[in-house]
Amino acid sequence: MFPDYDIIVVGAGHSGCEAAVAAANMGSRVMLATMNMNSIAQMSCNPAMGGVAKGQIVREIDALGGYSGIVTDHTMVQFRMLNRSKGPAMWSPRAQSDRMLFARKWRNMLEEHPNIDFWQEMVTGIIVKDGVVKGVRTGMGLEIKGKAVVLTNGTFLNGIIHIGEKQFGGGRAGERAAKGITEQLVELGFEAGRMKTGTPPRIDGRSLDWTAMELQPGDEEPGKFSYTDTPRLEKQLPCHIAYTSPEVHEILRIGFDRSPMFNGRIQGLGPRYCPSIEDKIDRFSDKDRHQLFVEPEGWDTCEIYVNGFSSSLPEDVQYKALRKVRGFENMKMFRPGYAIEYDFFPPTQLKTSLETQLVKNLFFAGQINGTTGYEEAGCQGLMAGINAHLAVNEEEPFILKRSEAYIGVLIDDLVNKGTKEPYRMFTSRAEYRILLRQDNADLRLTPLAQRLGIRGADERMIRVAAKQDAAHAIEKFFQEYSVEPGQVNRYLEEQGTSPINQKVKLQGILLRPQISMAGLREALPALDEFLQGYEQEFVGLAEINMKYDGYIQREQERVEKMNRLESVRLSDTFDYRQLTSLSKEAREKLSQIRPRTVGQASRISGVSPADISVLLVHMGR
Amino acid sequence: MAYASHNLTDTIVALATPSGVGAIGVIRLSGKEAVDIVNEVFHGKDLAKQPTHTLHFGTIRDDSGRILDEVVASLFIEPKSYTGENVVEVSCHGSDYIIQEVIQLFIEKGARLAQPGEFTLRAFLNGRMDLSQAEAVADLIASSSRSSHAIAMQQMRGGFSDEIKRLRQELVDFASLIELELDFAEEDVEFANRDKLRELVAKIQSIIHSLIQSFKLGNVLKHGVNTVIAGRPNAGKSTLLNALLNEERAIVSEIAGTTRDTIEEVLNIKGVQFRIIDTAGIRDAEDTIEAMGVEKTMQKVQQSALLVYVFDVIQTQPEEVQADLAKLIHENVQVIVVANKMDLNPYTLREHYFPKSKVGSGKSEVAAPYSDFRFPTSDFAWVPISAINNMNIEYLKEKLYENVISKQLNLEGTIVANARHYEALRKAHESLERVTGGLEAGVTSDFVAMDIRAALHHLGEITGEISTDDLLGNIFSRFCIGK
Repeated sequence: MFPDYDIIVVGAGHSGCEAAVAAANMGSRVMLATMNMNSIAQMSCNPAMGGVAKGQIVREIDALGGYSGIVTDHTMVQFRMLNRSKGPAMWSPRAQSDRMLFARKWRNMLEEHPNIDFWQEMVTGIIVKDGVVKGVRTGMGLEIKGKAVVLTNGTFLNGIIHIGEKQFGGGRAGERAAKGITEQLVELGFEAGRMKTGTPPRIDGRSLDWTAMELQPGDEEPGKFSYTDTPRLEKQLPCHIAYTSPEVHEILRIGFDRSPMFNGRIQGLGPRYCPSIEDKIDRFSDKDRHQLFVEPEGWDTCEIYVNGFSSSLPEDVQYKALRKVRGFENMKMFRPGYAIEYDFFPPTQLKTSLETQLVKNLFFAGQINGTTGYEEAGCQGLMAGINAHLAVNEEEPFILKRSEAYIGVLIDDLVNKGTKEPYRMFTSRAEYRILLRQDNADLRLTPLAQRLGIRGADERMIRVAAKQDAAHAIEKFFQEYSVEPGQVNRYLEEQGTSPINQKVKLQGILLRPQISMAGLREALPALDEFLQGYEQEFVGLAEINMKYDGYIQREQERVEKMNRLESVRLSDTFDYRQLTSLSKEAREKLSQIRPRTVGQASRISGVSPADISVLLVHMGR
Repeated sequence: MAYASHNLTDTIVALATPSGVGAIGVIRLSGKEAVDIVNEVFHGKDLAKQPTHTLHFGTIRDDSGRILDEVVASLFIEPKSYTGENVVEVSCHGSDYIIQEVIQLFIEKGARLAQPGEFTLRAFLNGRMDLSQAEAVADLIASSSRSSHAIAMQQMRGGFSDEIKRLRQELVDFASLIELELDFAEEDVEFANRDKLRELVAKIQSIIHSLIQSFKLGNVLKHGVNTVIAGRPNAGKSTLLNALLNEERAIVSEIAGTTRDTIEEVLNIKGVQFRIIDTAGIRDAEDTIEAMGVEKTMQKVQQSALLVYVFDVIQTQPEEVQADLAKLIHENVQVIVVANKMDLNPYTLREHYFPKSKVGSGKSEVAAPYSDFRFPTSDFAWVPISAINNMNIEYLKEKLYENVISKQLNLEGTIVANARHYEALRKAHESLERVTGGLEAGVTSDFVAMDIRAALHHLGEITGEISTDDLLGNIFSRFCIGK
């Protein structure tokens, strides 16, 4: 019934979709198996993509040929660039999407791909022969053969949903959980764990008093995620901000004894940074209000997502408490928030390619690895898809360095350190964040995509080259063009910086913190005229390159120093237990994690600098 | 966040011959830039165009064109060198002063002071050692490196590491506030107070600064303080040296000009080594041998850190003392003025020989009655002694000690003796300077955070988050392998 596939992707969430597309765009024949074809690319939680650090990841996915950015651009209802008041490395795009459009667009793009087939059924197990995965087995007992399998099961593996004292099996509201895979993997020798996450209630927008809330409109000039020719947003929907109050907290507190969080019914580990509302009022009892973001679910629905009110308290408690929020007095609920517990596999069992160490050609991506967030899931799917394709073709895996991408930081962290709570990306996790900006993801990664032969990368490179050339030309202009005091002094004084008393190169003026490209452009008609020929994005890159040159250079020097150890390759088959000069813990950890490079080994917790020295010596260095 | 600093790409420099007096001193540089750095200050052939394994005569000049020394530069182009990198060996004349100046110049031009054993470490990393040597190294590492950090920590006295740990923690707390601002822009977060940050950074910097100073002192303690005794002929310089040393070392006579050469002795005061140099008297010399001696005296004074100027309290006029001092004093020298022959002074009382505290106690005296004597026109207080009677000699020793210790050391009892710690402190200081600069210039917090992180990293190298290469360097500095 089925042909032999190169790659079978199990699960069609953000991770599974990206995995399927990545492998297909490299030329693999892909089977995408999902329990429910109507919920492909569901935004199970927040109807939004991006945010601080996450926005950068979406840009990286796009630069590598993934679709998350394109789909978001086509379906967003609002765009904001967060952190504008900070430096360029902190600028983070974030978009509210139309949930239903988002899923439909993803499905369209997948269906348009000739290399992707679909099958709707629960996958209950994998087929393994001699330590190599050979395919999957479905609930009806069908076998689908494939050379590699990517598991992206999300929260579905033995998922249990909690609402107050009620609990029932399920992978998402209204959908059942997946059984069988965890048990089989544990039998094969995998270690499994349990995690917990939650989602807030969805409510009826028609029942809210919008005038009682703060308006949060989108950017006046909305940006977008994809570096390709996607449409720009013409009109936008606003979000609103509301606040909880002591009265709200009081009602919630009454429900605490019926909360699965507090009575110990939930065993899984939840995230500290995205706490449920009950967690917030319990842990920060001195705060008398918390922010709620009231977000639209789409262009033509009244459904509203109450961001900041994630809860597993009984539905009546959620309902009563929300009604005490200003503007929510007549609120009607569509469905309550809930907590969900699910199985995950500690990611220290993976290689940096996301292939499992135990079973060859079996890859894990997304929440199954203990992460949270669409962006985190999507980028793992992309990397697993690429690496599954490379593995099937017996090519070297594609690994991103920590200095190349947030994606590299994420996977390196997961594989080497594991995670105790759902892992979310932050900019502070990256050592080299000045280099990992949303504006340069294409410069960083599209050349790599081209080398991998990902479909569409050649066309993308044309624009990358144009961007780089433009930035160089603009920088050259600044190095060569001198201004007279009379041309700029008024502007300089207006900005509160000292005037010049002789001819000065334009670059020197731009270096002053108070001075911006836009301001200079206004003050200097000659500059404005020169820049007319360039896209704003290109001008922006040149500005960053010049203004932050010192910081960028220093960061790059640090990267180069770091890379020395990154290039010392360790063998996959080396027997660390033989090396008695290693500490016992290092021997265990190294045998377990099997780092690819000495650099990676140095980041494994429990591996000391002394152990690294011993390794270096034995590598014959 | 443990990001390792791998500074193996830097060009390093160090004295390759033992320090101290020798005929020549060889300064070795290794690294990509080694040839270029030497070339910048080397006047002679263009070293960049010379083949490997060749010797070149020339002069080393500083930026002002001043000649520091005539040298021979030996070139070893990678990979055919001891370390496998570009190596230049510069043979200078064996004066500590010249060698220090030349090394300083190389550092200014971009080299970094090598850590002990770093040349060997590089040789090892670049595969210039064979496998059996490497195996031996592995065993050594396994057996000893685990305790090396503890040893390094023990080297530091007086709660230094606790202090750094505490400061680092404060900085970590602050850094997290800033990170919070950056990562949770959307949420109601508290903002890190910039003024408080500035205060904290200033506080940490001042402590680091004293620690850096203490390293310089630590070096002095290790190598001895160059101390010159100078004065007019027959002021009693040699008698003073003998009194200080408690032995007949110098030839003493009543004929002025007895000491024609310089005499060097080591005196230990409370653990501080003073390399005391007795010199020929300063005057217009009558014979040529003596003239050479006088010239040498002036030279020695130039190179000393501490000058003990002795004058005869009966024979010498205040104006003459002033004139001598004007001639002798240079920028980096501390001066102690000593009035000798107080026993011949009719105003000296008997108690001045034996201050009350000393009578019957047998302990060495400390307090002296005339310590604050001053010429009305002079900036210098002078110490009254009678070298021949051992009067006030212990007090003078106390003065010597104080001059070295108290003026440089603010942090109680803390001395940084380890070059690696010194380097880390210096880098932390540099990063903190950038933090301050960034705050002043009003750059955004992500850039400020970058420099705070760098400072944390360097402080972490002291408190225990040592990175691989530093540790490996540490090992090689302890064990002389493959040399």
